[in-house]
Amino acid sequence: MGQTIAEKILSAHSGQEAYAHDIVVARVDFIMGQDGTSPLAIRSFEEMGGRRVFDPERVAFVIDHSAPSPSEGVSNLHQLMRRFAREQGIHLYDIGEGVCHQVVPESGRVGPGSLVIGADSHTCTYGALNALATGVGSTDLAAAMISGQMWFKVPETFRIVCRGTLPPGVYAKDLILYLIGQLTADGATYMAVEFAGEAIAQLSMEGRFTVANMAVEMGAKAGLMEADDKTLAWLARHTRRQFVPVRPDEDARYARVAEYDVSRLSPQVACPHRVDNVRPVEEVAGTPVQQAVIGTCTNGRLEDLRVAARILAGRRVHRDVRLVVAPASRQVYLEAMREGIIQALVESGAAVVTPGCGPCVGTHNGIPADGENVISTANRNFKGRMGNNKAFIYLASPATVAASALTGKITDPRHFLESR
Amino acid sequence: MLLKGKAHKFGDDINTDYIISGKYKFKTLDMDELARHVMEDLDPDFYHKIAPGDFIVAGRNFGCGSSREQAPLAIKHARISAVLAKSFARIFYRNAINTGLPVVECDTDQIDPGDELEVDLKAGLITNRTKATTLPIKPLPPVMIKILNDGGLVAHFRKHGGFRLEEEKE
Ligand code: SF4
Repeated sequence: MGQTIAEKILSAHSGQEAYAHDIVVARVDFIMGQDGTSPLAIRSFEEMGGRRVFDPERVAFVIDHSAPSPSEGVSNLHQLMRRFAREQGIHLYDIGEGVCHQVVPESGRVGPGSLVIGADSHTCTYGALNALATGVGSTDLAAAMISGQMWFKVPETFRIVCRGTLPPGVYAKDLILYLIGQLTADGATYMAVEFAGEAIAQLSMEGRFTVANMAVEMGAKAGLMEADDKTLAWLARHTRRQFVPVRPDEDARYARVAEYDVSRLSPQVACPHRVDNVRPVEEVAGTPVQQAVIGTCTNGRLEDLRVAARILAGRRVHRDVRLVVAPASRQVYLEAMREGIIQALVESGAAVVTPGCGPCVGTHNGIPADGENVISTANRNFKGRMGNNKAFIYLASPATVAASALTGKITDPRHFLESR
Repeated sequence: MLLKGKAHKFGDDINTDYIISGKYKFKTLDMDELARHVMEDLDPDFYHKIAPGDFIVAGRNFGCGSSREQAPLAIKHARISAVLAKSFARIFYRNAINTGLPVVECDTDQIDPGDELEVDLKAGLITNRTKATTLPIKPLPPVMIKILNDGGLVAHFRKHGGFRLEEEKE
């Protein structure tokens, strides 16, 4: 019987032919924890009687969520992570290295066919590299650090085929926001999603990471894509490791298949307080904003900063708006500097903060005031997400956020892109 | 295990940011401290309304959002004995089982705020004392029962030194 990508990867790692609904114990290739989840994982590791991690090469910690530390409580948890990492000989990405979901792919340790778990829900990002990657909690992480294994319920697969070509000024972020709006926040719960079709094939790797990143916002366990020449070229720039692409069989069994034509899509905006409360930009244009954020594991990559700079260069951010920019990683930051992007952003009035999560999760770097509207390139707009439950968060593409930062209200970025 | 308490009702898509806000969870590993802020963004007084053993009763997709295990832990430390919902988000569901918080899928439309409930996990039945009705529970997968019975994944590893999830042969 044919298999989906998820079924193939779980079969290869469990040594048994696995199909949806089976329960398998599988060997994992890579394990990641961040500073919001690792401290608890270290505690569970110790409580479980763990002494050594099964293979230090396959485990990494990232300090990105509150980096640099904003308080002594956080500092002490960071210290715990640093100590554990040194003792165990695992790699620790300390402050300033970037968001976990950017530094892990950049490390070249994850690729087609890999099975990856991360104690962070957006671990599904690596699905863009044809890896089965999923978020887990701290105790699962601890169990995997000890045993190199995790138990999985083999997910059903939902194949989403995106037809057509995205129009100018409409990006990967708009595509995934649109899909989430259509499918809702639990439209793919427990399932692996396979994103396919020419609209996905035409995306850059950066765009594909953006799409895979948000698979969890429809409840998915993983957001998978096939590996093509772009994937392999991207990997070749980051590692010499060789990977074998995993394709679904022709007769693979899908729980659901849906097709969307994206060739007429407008820029999309997710409105407060739900990620699936998505409208075309035309419907919400004019809503005032006091803060704009470009960055996060969804949209803090070079291409994202480049498009923002294209809109912002030579212009000034509106006087009633604070623009916060957080490059996704040090590597992204350096490349953006070389290209003059950072210069252009700072000249336009942006405050550039440390590579990492930035203000995404409300620990620091720009917590909004009561009643304020924020437009952000992040992936979640839950009430209180950015640290104040009396603020309102809108999610959009880097282009829409940059255009809105200029005008002080939600703005269709195509006005600015056409005039250049 | 027979759990007894009162129902506290919430809606659909209760995410982990609502259960325990990021601004608290990054600061401490003290779960009793985190428990004081459970559901705070939805109901600032919630913690004080809980009597030990009470239930959180919710709609669809409970626990969506981040992978923070502090979410089920904060609920557990707030002395909630189980969460009842129409469905759960995947990571939360696993984390709840791993940390020993019972999660029960059932038709929660049949339960009103303040109803007195008895949840019998073994028999797979909820008795609504207030309404004098019973509700069936969707059974947990055997792997999860095994982990819950051991008292969570930490206890499971202490006991077996690794994963021992094969179904026992009679
Ligand atoms: S950028 Fe935001 S969503 Fe991404 S890992 Fe950091 S906190 Fe999570």
